[in-house]
Amino acid sequence: MESKGSEAARILNEIETLKATRSDLDNRISALEAQLRHLNPEENSVVSCPSISTGFGHGLSPDMIYRYSRHLLLPSFGVQGQSNLLKSSILVVGAGGLGSPALLYLAACGVGQLGVVDHDVVELNNMHRQVIHTEAYIGQPKVKSAAASCRSINSTIQIVEHQEALRTSNALEILSQYDIIVDATDNAPSRYMISDCCVVLGKPLVSGAALGFEGQLTVYNHNRGPCYRCLFPTPPPTTACQRCADSGVLGVVPGIVGCLQALEAIKIASAVGEPLSGRMLLFDALSARIRIVKIRGRSLQCEVCGENSAFTRQQFKDFDYEKFTQSPLSEASLELNLLPEDYRIHSRELKERIGKGESHVLVDVRPDHHFKIVSLPNALNIPLSSLESRSAEISSALKEEEKRKDSGFESSASLYVICRRGNDSQRAVQLLHKMGFTSARDIIGGLEAWARDVDPNLPTY
Amino acid sequence: MQLTLEFGGGLELLCDSVKIHDVNVIPNLEADKLTMKDLLVWVRTNLIKERPEMFMKDDSVRPGVLVLVNDCDWELSGQLDTPLEEKDVVVFISTLHGG
Repeated sequence: MESKGSEAARILNEIETLKATRSDLDNRISALEAQLRHLNPEENSVVSCPSISTGFGHGLSPDMIYRYSRHLLLPSFGVQGQSNLLKSSILVVGAGGLGSPALLYLAACGVGQLGVVDHDVVELNNMHRQVIHTEAYIGQPKVKSAAASCRSINSTIQIVEHQEALRTSNALEILSQYDIIVDATDNAPSRYMISDCCVVLGKPLVSGAALGFEGQLTVYNHNRGPCYRCLFPTPPPTTACQRCADSGVLGVVPGIVGCLQALEAIKIASAVGEPLSGRMLLFDALSARIRIVKIRGRSLQCEVCGENSAFTRQQFKDFDYEKFTQSPLSEASLELNLLPEDYRIHSRELKERIGKGESHVLVDVRPDHHFKIVSLPNALNIPLSSLESRSAEISSALKEEEKRKDSGFESSASLYVICRRGNDSQRAVQLLHKMGFTSARDIIGGLEAWARDVDPNLPTY
Repeated sequence: MQLTLEFGGGLELLCDSVKIHDVNVIPNLEADKLTMKDLLVWVRTNLIKERPEMFMKDDSVRPGVLVLVNDCDWELSGQLDTPLEEKDVVVFISTLHGG
């Protein structure tokens, strides 16, 4: 056992060393490339500026003609469509589930300048849907990973990395550098912020969203069409804003929506076809149905793009989108604090008590499909939504435990409540106290804290 | 009046996770017609099984819900006053933010 353990440690060590070496090499390559660009500005302009004259009257070089030949063969796209694309600039906000395929196709198709904004790093639980990233980039910035993938597909276009969170303080400056904006973010405040910024700057916005088995897509602020606020003047309650990290998402669903976003951006950039403006595409993966519906036009009363609205750059900069939507701009998890301290217990302390043989009942209030992923031994699964109707099960479990452990010393068994992150367990304890279970205590931080502080082998999700 | 009602974007969770409902709604005899306003009341009473505040606010749908009558935004047909006819398809869809 011990030799196996030391062997594993040696391998892990070597992996770490190799990764550090690779990162160092990457940095040196980037620095040298930058140096080279500095030394040969003309050569660089050949690479990044596609409009060189080659004597065919359309500015496409022989390499471009070959690379984009299947586009050029489309009668309704042709040289004109491709030239328009090569001259265009598109910004993708978010290099996640939607942004991954959108960026890959936009890089491949020859958008002249392609920008990507993200502040996040690549994680293992991103890989099932964020197909632009590879395992080698886990732990590294998504922007860096996405840009590397785009460059490996098409080294002839300009890829711009914005490795930062989009905020009102930098959005105007970043978005103003591009012709078309693709919203591939994952939260409500970002969606309002990006839409408002596009209105202020007069940019078309290709907006996509996906959750569970469903997707939605439309183009805002284009051809006199509506903006996001025309459609949703009042933000939804936070309880209606589900996140992929809580509700789940089938990986291919944002993939499909992201591809459609690339398509809409390409149509606008090349001036080919009919953009999805004033219409919305609704995609239901489970029933294999796509519905395209007509939506309202620009609202005269819209507070941002309406006739009498004067939403200025300064107003945009001063607007508090987190307050407006009551939710954070980044996908941070909510941490509630609903209970007095003596209604709560740390996972380490509970572990000690269990070790000492304290009689107790552990209720796990997560939904049944969460419980099936991973659970603690002997936990009783009663989802929060059915806690009231199933309270008798808790009473009898407590009685059973008291009978089993009856040594004459302890008069009653303790009741502990756990969930995934420690929010629902607090709600459950509030409810249990109201129902008369006055010994109920919540395990602070839930299973995530248990995995961190007590049992690192417990899987997290 | 035979109508097809569809719920999406998570709203189906409020009605036993069933997305498509073929229903028969009897219009008020005196009014002799059915509007979206009447239908919302009927849906709240007959289909919504939990958290009605996730579907309605005051006498309309809550912010973030799109209503489509025959694949057309109800803003274009008179919102709550939109008249309904036999075999109409009404879709209630919650806007998604994920990605």
